[in-house]
Amino acid sequence: MSPRRLLAIARKEVRQLSRDTRSLLLAFLLPVLLLILFGYAISWDVRDVRTGVLDQDRSAAGRELLDAFRASGYFSITAVIDDPGEIRPLLDRGSVQAVLVIPPGFAADLGAGRTARVQALVDGSDANTATIVLGYARGVVASWAARRGGDGAEPPRPPLVAQTRVWFNEELESKNMIVPGLVAVIMMIVAAMLTSLTIAREWERGTMEQLAATPVTRLEVVMGKLLPYLVIGLLDVALSTALGVWLFGVPLRGSLLLLAALSLLFLLGALGLGMFISAITRSQILATQAAMIATFLPAFLLSGFMFAIEVMPRALQFVTYLVPARYFLVVTRGIFLKGVGVGVLHTQALLMLAFAAAGVGLAVASFRKELA
Amino acid sequence: MNPRASLRRMRVTVAKEFLQLRRDPRRYRLLLIAPVLQLVVFGYAVSTDVRHTATFVVDGDRTAASRQLVEAFIAAGYFDLAATSQRAADAVAALDRGDATVALVIPAGYAADLAAGNAEVQVLLAGTNSNLATVALGYAERIVQSHSAGVAAELPPPAVELRDRAWFNPALESRNYNVPAVVGAIIMLVCMLLTSLAVVREREIGTLEQLMVSPIRPLELIAGKTVPFALIGLVDLVLITLVAVFWFDVPFAGSPALLLLAGVLFLLPALGVGLLISTVSKTQQEAFMASFLVFMPTILLSGFLFPVDSMPAAFRWLSLLNPLRHFLEIVRGIFLKGTGPAELWPQHLALAAMGAALLGLAAARFRKRAD
Repeated sequence: MSPRRLLAIARKEVRQLSRDTRSLLLAFLLPVLLLILFGYAISWDVRDVRTGVLDQDRSAAGRELLDAFRASGYFSITAVIDDPGEIRPLLDRGSVQAVLVIPPGFAADLGAGRTARVQALVDGSDANTATIVLGYARGVVASWAARRGGDGAEPPRPPLVAQTRVWFNEELESKNMIVPGLVAVIMMIVAAMLTSLTIAREWERGTMEQLAATPVTRLEVVMGKLLPYLVIGLLDVALSTALGVWLFGVPLRGSLLLLAALSLLFLLGALGLGMFISAITRSQILATQAAMIATFLPAFLLSGFMFAIEVMPRALQFVTYLVPARYFLVVTRGIFLKGVGVGVLHTQALLMLAFAAAGVGLAVASFRKELA
Repeated sequence: MNPRASLRRMRVTVAKEFLQLRRDPRRYRLLLIAPVLQLVVFGYAVSTDVRHTATFVVDGDRTAASRQLVEAFIAAGYFDLAATSQRAADAVAALDRGDATVALVIPAGYAADLAAGNAEVQVLLAGTNSNLATVALGYAERIVQSHSAGVAAELPPPAVELRDRAWFNPALESRNYNVPAVVGAIIMLVCMLLTSLAVVREREIGTLEQLMVSPIRPLELIAGKTVPFALIGLVDLVLITLVAVFWFDVPFAGSPALLLLAGVLFLLPALGVGLLISTVSKTQQEAFMASFLVFMPTILLSGFLFPVDSMPAAFRWLSLLNPLRHFLEIVRGIFLKGTGPAELWPQHLALAAMGAALLGLAAARFRKRAD
C-alpha cells in the first residue's frame, strides 16, 4: 500500500465532496436537527392529560377530589360531561385522553366509612401513555384519601415500605436516554448515506473505467475513499456530543478519550459496510435502499435506542446481536450516563474492533476493478 | 392542448417507468418484499410494554418472609429473576454492566422488622432507558404495596378505590398502537425515497435531455413519474395491512374502504414531497440526503413513537402540517377505535389539501431545462 496513492484518492474524494457543498452541509445539518428535535420537541413525559369529568354525585367531596386531580399538574380538565353517552364520542375523536367518573353516592359512602368508588377510563390505544396516566390517577386518589382520612393526623404507616432510587438518570428524563443513543444512530446514518453512494456513483457515471486504468490497488481505493468520510463522521460525533452536553445538559461521566476511540472503530465498520453495499449494488438507487434497510432502520429500532431489547421476543433478541449499533449503544450510554470504563466495556470494545475489521475487509473484498 | 394526446403521453411515461422497473428485478423485489419484512421485524421490536425485566435480588435476610416477597415480586410477570446474591455490591456491579435493570435489596433483619411493622426494602433502577424505568418503578411500588397489605390483613379497607378501564386496547398492548403506525412510516419512506430519486436520476444519467426533446409537458411527466410509485405504495399498503392483521393480530375495527381512501390521499403528499426534492436536487446523493432530512422530522413529529400531546405547543401546531400525523390518526382510529368518516373527515381533508399543494409546487418547480 502506497501512502501517496492512498492520499491521492482521498484528495480526489475531498475535492468531489467540496464541490457538492449541499451534500456536505446536510451531513452537519442532520445531527443538529435531530438533536434539537429530541432535545426540545419530543419526549415520553406525560403532562396535562386532557381529561373529561362526569360528576354524577355533585357533592363537595367529589369536587375536592377533582381539585386534587387538577392540582396534581398531570391532569387538565378540558370537558365537563353530563351524560354517560357523551363519553364514547369524546374518546373516539380523541378530544379527551381520560375520563373520570364520580358515581352517585360517592360522598355518602365516604361519610359512612364504606369504600367509595371512582372510575377512571383511559384511551388505551397508546398503551404507554395510558399506563403512565393510570399510575398518576392511582397516586392522586391514594394521596387524597390519605390526606382526608387522616384529617391532619399522620395516616398509619404500612408494615412494608419500598424505597426506590433511580440510578444513572436520576430524574428519568428521556433526553438523557436519547442523546447518547443518538450519537450511535447519527453515525450509522451519516456512514450509510455518504458512503453507500461513492462506488456506485463511479460505476453509474462511468468514471470507474478511469479509476481502473490507474495503478491504485483495491485497499488504496477503499481506504482513500473512507478517509474523508471518517473525518466527517468524527466531526459529527464531536458536534453531537458538544451540543448534547452543553445545550441539553446530558451528563458525560466517563472518559471522552475512550468515547472517541470506540467511535472511531464503530465508524470504520459502518463506513466499510456502506462501501460494501455500494460495491455490490453498483446502482445508486439500489444502494441507498439497501443501506437504509441494512443499517439505518436496525440501528434505529433494533439497537435498544428506543425499544428495550430485553422485552423483545427471544428470536428477535438473537437478531439484535447482528446489529453493531447495539454494542455501540452500550458503550455510549455507559460512558455518558454510568461513567464506566474499559473494565466494563472491554467486550464491546473487542466487538467494535471486530466490526471495524469486518467492515473494511468486506469493502475491500467486494470491490472489483475489473470492468465486467 | 389536446387532452387525448396528453393522456397518451402520460400513459407512455408510466409504461416507460414500469419497463425500467421491470428490467431491474433487484429493485422490484426490494420494493415488494422489503416493506413486509420490515413490518414483521419491526412489529416485534416496537413494544414499550414492560415485561420480564431482568432483576437482581440481594437477599440479606434469607428468611421465609424475605423469600415470600421475592416470590411476589417475580410472580407478577413484570420482573424476571436474573441472579441473586447476599452482597449489595453485586447489585451495583450488575446494574453497571447492564446485566440487570432492576435490583431488589432486602436488608438483614427484614423478617423481624416486618413482624414489628416497620420493614423497608430498597428498589434500585437503572434509568438509562427512562421509559422502561418509569413504568417498572410503578409496578415495583404496587407489588410491594399489595404485599404489604396482604401481610397486614387487619388494616382497614381503603377509603377510596379507583377502578380503571382502558378502552380500545383493554390489555394495554403497545404493539396494537405501534404496528399500524409502522404501516404509515414504511409507506412514507418507500414513496418519498423512490420519487425523490426519480427525476434527479434522469438528470444525472443524462436522459432528461431526451425527455426534453420529446413533446411531453412538465405536468404530464410529473404524473407519469408519480403513478407507478403510487401503485406500488398502494400494493405495499394492502400487503402490510394484511400482515398487521393476520400476523400480529392487531384488531381491525373499522372499514377497509376508508383505510384505502386514506392511503390514496396520503400518497399524494408523500409523493409530492419526494418530487419536490427531486426537482431541486442536482445529484442522487443530494436527493437522498435531503429526503432523509425531511423524513426524520416527519417521523419524529408525527406521534409515531412520541405522543403529539407531549410536545411543546409550538411543535404541536407545527405537526399539523405533517401529513404523516394525520395519516396515523386515521390509521389508528380505523384499526383500534373503528371510527368512521364522521370523526376522521378533517384528517382526510388535510391530506388532500397538502397533497394538492405539494404536487402543484413540484410541478411549478420542475423546469424542462437541463441546468
